[in-house]
Amino acid sequence: MKVWVYAQQAEGAPTSATLELLTKARSLGDVTAFLAGDASGIATTLGEFGASKVYATGDLGGHLPGVAASTAIKAIIDGGDSPDLILFPQSYEGRDVMARLSVKLDKTVLTNNVDIAVDGSTVKVTTPVFGGNVLVTSSFNGDGPYLAAFRPKSFPVEAAGGGAAEVVAAPVGELGATGGAKVEAVHVEEHTGPKLDEAAVVVSGGRGLGEAGNYSTIETLAKLLKGAPGASRAIVDAGWVPYSYQVGQTGKVVKPDVYLAVGISGATQHMVGMKGSKTIIAINKDKEAPIFGIADLGIVGDAQKIVPKLIEALQGR
Amino acid sequence: MNVIVCVKQIPDPALPGALDPSTKTLKRDGKLILDESDSYGVEMALQLVGKAGGGEVSLVSMAPNGETSGMRTALAMGAARGVLVSDPALQGTDALTTAKILAAAVQKLGGADLIIAATESSDGYTGTVPEQLAEVLGLPSITFAKSVDVDGTTLKVNRQTEAGFDEVTCTLPALVSVTAGVVEPRYPSFKGIMAAKSKPVDTVTAADLGVSPVGWAGAGQEIVEIGQAAARQAGEIVEDDGEGYAKIVAFLESKKVI
Repeated sequence: MKVWVYAQQAEGAPTSATLELLTKARSLGDVTAFLAGDASGIATTLGEFGASKVYATGDLGGHLPGVAASTAIKAIIDGGDSPDLILFPQSYEGRDVMARLSVKLDKTVLTNNVDIAVDGSTVKVTTPVFGGNVLVTSSFNGDGPYLAAFRPKSFPVEAAGGGAAEVVAAPVGELGATGGAKVEAVHVEEHTGPKLDEAAVVVSGGRGLGEAGNYSTIETLAKLLKGAPGASRAIVDAGWVPYSYQVGQTGKVVKPDVYLAVGISGATQHMVGMKGSKTIIAINKDKEAPIFGIADLGIVGDAQKIVPKLIEALQGR
Repeated sequence: MNVIVCVKQIPDPALPGALDPSTKTLKRDGKLILDESDSYGVEMALQLVGKAGGGEVSLVSMAPNGETSGMRTALAMGAARGVLVSDPALQGTDALTTAKILAAAVQKLGGADLIIAATESSDGYTGTVPEQLAEVLGLPSITFAKSVDVDGTTLKVNRQTEAGFDEVTCTLPALVSVTAGVVEPRYPSFKGIMAAKSKPVDTVTAADLGVSPVGWAGAGQEIVEIGQAAARQAGEIVEDDGEGYAKIVAFLESKKVI
């Protein structure tokens, strides 16, 4: 089976999601990577993880990847190199590219997957629904290329020790009317401490904090525990913190050693993003809150009273 | 400026969801409400049309059972009219076919200067329909908008990225997908709710729009298994007596976090 992995890079290295997909792809067949960008700095790593070749568009010239990368992939396929399966990371870029490509190829997309199995020519993928309580396995109909996206941390990362991937130019070409969006400026938000989806400890806050100003206690607590602060969708929607803090179905998936949920009731939307944590501590006023159903330690009480005491105790150590 | 907003009517997310074992689709037989994710797009559309000083906001939606209560909420907020594609045959329709159907509904309304959608629905959350819709319509798009402005015929968006955000511009017509919290959705007024009852919602079938096949027949996948995920067991749950914090400290110590 010919398997492609849609690769992404950040700060000069393949993203962890890319390495996860490459690791899994090796067990499914022959692996080729595709990158919307310049692959020269990462071809060695892509090769170590099993890609023998990487198609690379080079600089996108301010185009958004959705249109540009899907156009380049379509051109490769029309040119005669067609994969059976393309694995995408469930990221902003991955989602946009696979969506545009699905229309160009008239093929379905299956997103939010956590597993894949190949049996002969049948490809099955598994998606969690209802907050991760139910797993739905679907198989693709008809011929490939099959397009599937995977949630971060679905697969372990292991190098295979191969040589550098061969870089093959995949020019974007003419985009026409759909290519009208242009990136005018790029803003990188400064953050200190570990990344939310890589931190060993995550402290997330929700509505139970009472008001936006109290979110600073979550940040203080996260810092004391050398962790990252996160948030429920409710307080992101309310504008207390940016979308990038959101943990859950529509936000980041986290699997830290310890997840501390403060004033979060545990809507299914939230649970699907943190259920994979090794241990979970929850503080919530409502003892019936669903979060207590999955917590290793649950404190039924007022987060606004408990958190300051916790901070004081930790500062005193 | 005319804006079309894609709205989804979903089962109340506060109620436990269930799969229908016979059709293997999400049960949607109860009352459907406006997906909260879409209320941001409706609000954004109303604000942009207001700022432009003319035009109207229209809705497109797709539901298997003729339900319009969620669309009425958006009409009560101020949208002028809608097209609902409703057809029992739609059950099991995948994201790609959904995009084709919504594109046909958009064209039935005569197109628009701007099409707005949420980044994903709260129930199915495939998360690709807006970008697929743009491709079917041959439009440029800016996804994951955290702020949206229109200056003449130029769309200006701050687009969420992994690292921060990008400033992106595009000439209209175009499609934009908006993240939750991009604006504060208004509550429908009593007057709005009353007016919404008489606003036109044109209900059509997929066949009326000339889209086929739809439903499971048109889907590129089939569900082969539905299983239960390994359940997490609840641990120790204690009432805070003023010393609850100490339990957490001890727990963190036992996990060697501190």
